[in-house]
Amino acid sequence: MSLILLLVIPLITGLASFAFRKAQAVKAWALFGSLLTLVVAAISLCGIKEQTHTISYTWLPTLGASFALQGSVTALLMTLLTAIVFPLTLLAQWNKGIEQPHRFYGLMLLAQAGLMGVFLAHDLLLFYFFWELALIPVYFLAGQWGDKDRIKSSFKFFVYTFLGSLLMLGGLIYLYLQTPNGSFDYDTILATGTVLPMAVQNTLFVLFFIAFGIKMPIFPFHSWQAGAYEQTLTPVTIVLSALMVKMGLFGVIKWLYPVFPNGTEQFGNIIMILALIGIIYGSMLAIVQKDIKRLIAYSSLAHVGLMIMGIFADTHNASVGVVAQMFNHGITITGLWLVVDMIERRYGTRNMSELGGLAGAAPQMTIALVVITFSSIALPLTNGFVGEFLLFLGIFESTNPNHIIYMAIAGLGIILGAIYMLNMVQKVAYGNKKEMAIADMSMNERLSIYLILAVIIVLGVYPNLLLQLL
Amino acid sequence: MKPLIATAVFAILMMFAALTVKEKKSFTHFAAILMLGLVGLNVWELADYNRLLATAQASPDLFGKMLRVDNYALWFNVLMSSCSFFYILLVGRSIEKVGVHVGEYYALHFFILCGVFLLSTYNNLLILFLGIEILSIPQYILSGSDKRNLKSSEASLKYFLMGAFSTGIMLMGIVLLYGAMGTFDIHGFNFYATGTLNIMGVVGVLFMLVALGFKVSAAPMHFWTPDVYDGSPTPFTAFMATIVKVSVFFAFMRLFMEGFANLDPYWKVTVLGTITVLTLLIGNITAVYQQSVKRMLAYSSIAQAGFMMFVVIGSNAMAMKGMIVYAVAYTLATVGIFGVLLKLKDYTYDGFNGLAKKHPFLALIASICLMSLAGIPLTAGFFAKWFVIAAALEQPGTFWLVIFALVMAAVSLYYYFKVIMAMYFKTGEPELITPVTTMDKVVMAIIGSAVIVFGIAPDMLLAWI
Repeated sequence: MSLILLLVIPLITGLASFAFRKAQAVKAWALFGSLLTLVVAAISLCGIKEQTHTISYTWLPTLGASFALQGSVTALLMTLLTAIVFPLTLLAQWNKGIEQPHRFYGLMLLAQAGLMGVFLAHDLLLFYFFWELALIPVYFLAGQWGDKDRIKSSFKFFVYTFLGSLLMLGGLIYLYLQTPNGSFDYDTILATGTVLPMAVQNTLFVLFFIAFGIKMPIFPFHSWQAGAYEQTLTPVTIVLSALMVKMGLFGVIKWLYPVFPNGTEQFGNIIMILALIGIIYGSMLAIVQKDIKRLIAYSSLAHVGLMIMGIFADTHNASVGVVAQMFNHGITITGLWLVVDMIERRYGTRNMSELGGLAGAAPQMTIALVVITFSSIALPLTNGFVGEFLLFLGIFESTNPNHIIYMAIAGLGIILGAIYMLNMVQKVAYGNKKEMAIADMSMNERLSIYLILAVIIVLGVYPNLLLQLL
Repeated sequence: MKPLIATAVFAILMMFAALTVKEKKSFTHFAAILMLGLVGLNVWELADYNRLLATAQASPDLFGKMLRVDNYALWFNVLMSSCSFFYILLVGRSIEKVGVHVGEYYALHFFILCGVFLLSTYNNLLILFLGIEILSIPQYILSGSDKRNLKSSEASLKYFLMGAFSTGIMLMGIVLLYGAMGTFDIHGFNFYATGTLNIMGVVGVLFMLVALGFKVSAAPMHFWTPDVYDGSPTPFTAFMATIVKVSVFFAFMRLFMEGFANLDPYWKVTVLGTITVLTLLIGNITAVYQQSVKRMLAYSSIAQAGFMMFVVIGSNAMAMKGMIVYAVAYTLATVGIFGVLLKLKDYTYDGFNGLAKKHPFLALIASICLMSLAGIPLTAGFFAKWFVIAAALEQPGTFWLVIFALVMAAVSLYYYFKVIMAMYFKTGEPELITPVTTMDKVVMAIIGSAVIVFGIAPDMLLAWI
């Protein structure tokens, strides 16, 4: 029941938002809806101790597709992340004037509904449906609001991602036709996929992986990312980098890795190398950036690279680490984007050479920036450390012959991460104070940022809260 | 049988209606009522057939086995006449603006539907020929109806000359097949009757393929399509691009599935596969470069024809389902987008700039229809593509063909979304040449909701076959 609610609440509140006229009313309505979803998500996760809920309704009997949802631990953690990120973002961005707010908040909530569906779907066709349905509102959000180059960058993002999804569709239909009675049910798909001949598994693996790889993104498929992150409004950037990235990773964990074991064996090494290249490449690009948003976009490429390595490292610690890192990275990057947006709104620029002296002008904001940065570079006592440590442990323990080299190079990524993040903090927070007086965080901003800081520190000091579930 | 006779009777009624009817508007009302009657007759026929089936008294074969009127064909007829009904409701006003002889335009529409009903139920190559001819000749007239426009006359002449030529080729193909097989009945074809491949029959197949490929604008027989679709009056283009094309595909599929089932799969996979690749490539790549939305839709219909070719390549049970779903999804979406296009003064992409702000309802319907054509989930177009791809994949050896088609579908996203981007992301002052009436809104809402409902539950369309 709660699983259906997780889908229905954002859907209904989103559709209802289009009918509103006044900006304040629709903002309050959206916040209310997202808080309601948060409550349901939290309750679902607490109830996981008894059993994993799976529900199934008939949808298309002639095709063998059912409306099946499953609330596994990973899925519920991801829905909780989604449910946490949305109200925090809406709260922190309350004062921002947005054109046509009824459309904006409606599309945001519809995107949330799509995301929930991706994480919860237990039927392959339903998964594909929600995969695309999460994309459409985000495309409209990215294209209609943002900086001046947003039309091109959002379209590139859309077509690139859609091409990947179409290739996955081909593989999906082929896999469907191999099932005994034509069914999209997860267990049937799992049973069919694992016994397919090697060549077929490899081809299907590639088709599915291209779709997930473009979404995450992994190294050669990342060219849409920097532009899309930079040009969009911050709430949309948060949805893209905190949540849609996890869509890709979740797809690999649930639908790719277990279903095509031969393919995983065949291509696992190559993918780890690509992820490794992504870590180093992303970090190097981040070091030379002047624009803070682009810097964080490239750092995201590096973080995701580590998570991908964790999935394909094939050890228990790595699997736990990936899920933990998915959750923690989502929280941390949300905080990072929110603080950067606050800085941009006050100073009117994102260029690091034009910023400085934040520490003197707005000490609370600086504290937030510094702590979130520490989490991003995986300093112990922050939640970022938990996931990354487990990931490194897992990669080290893996049976891959090159595991030591991989771990060493990935470790290099951490050092590079420290370089560009701390450099950014130094330039922005310290240095010469600017002439203009700026306001420190307002009440709503403080509330969301402090909540994020609380999660960062609590999960950093007592990670068992999260790890006991995994 | 009843609907077939009814189309001819209604057409004659429309022709002679000009004696008594004076206002153009009344022609549209009269035509809409007659079309609704036609839908009713089709539904009655379907129900009657099912009732007889239950008592084991039904035989689908009529006229000495020249027609096969089974559930599948009857349901297709119901769907086609319903789509025509919504077509008349939506573009009726624009048809009145085309010229003076409005009654005759509607009469020609009914004659085209007569051809459609023959094509869906044929069992005999002569009936196929009759159906194609009855389908095509009214179109030659319709495409040239706008006498004040030179492009319309050009379109009509091009269509007529090339159409007549392709009909000649089809007739030659039919003659060769008759000479090879000894019968016109498509179920009586055996290409290996003497042990070795019957070469005369194969040449006949090739001729039929070329002729039918012309009619559905498959490459390399597609060169007439852009000029004819662009030059014809826009409402008639909508009819030509949808109902007509889909019906010929229905006939095409039946021919290959039931008539040429004996042939080597090489014909379906390699020969038709090459045609499909060319069609998708040419259709999509040239559509990308168009400046006018009407011409873009003409080229995109070539690309959609490429997808529908998979139905012929597949020629299996999944293909039969795919044909129905694709027919309805494609027809509704195209009629919808043409309905919006007809309201605008400027047919270029810039004419759509800022439509979302000024006329949000029109922009919404246009977006739903365009997303359906692109194959986005939640619209009927997604399941259309799904079924068609599944039908193709069930035929061995088509894997790379399908991958190519999917890449081309991503290319098609570019030109469909260019319109959506112009409507929502750009600013401008779109001008309408006719105001949007309540009837328009109601019909557009029905089309939009139908596209979404069939996108969530396509099973509704498949219940009757």
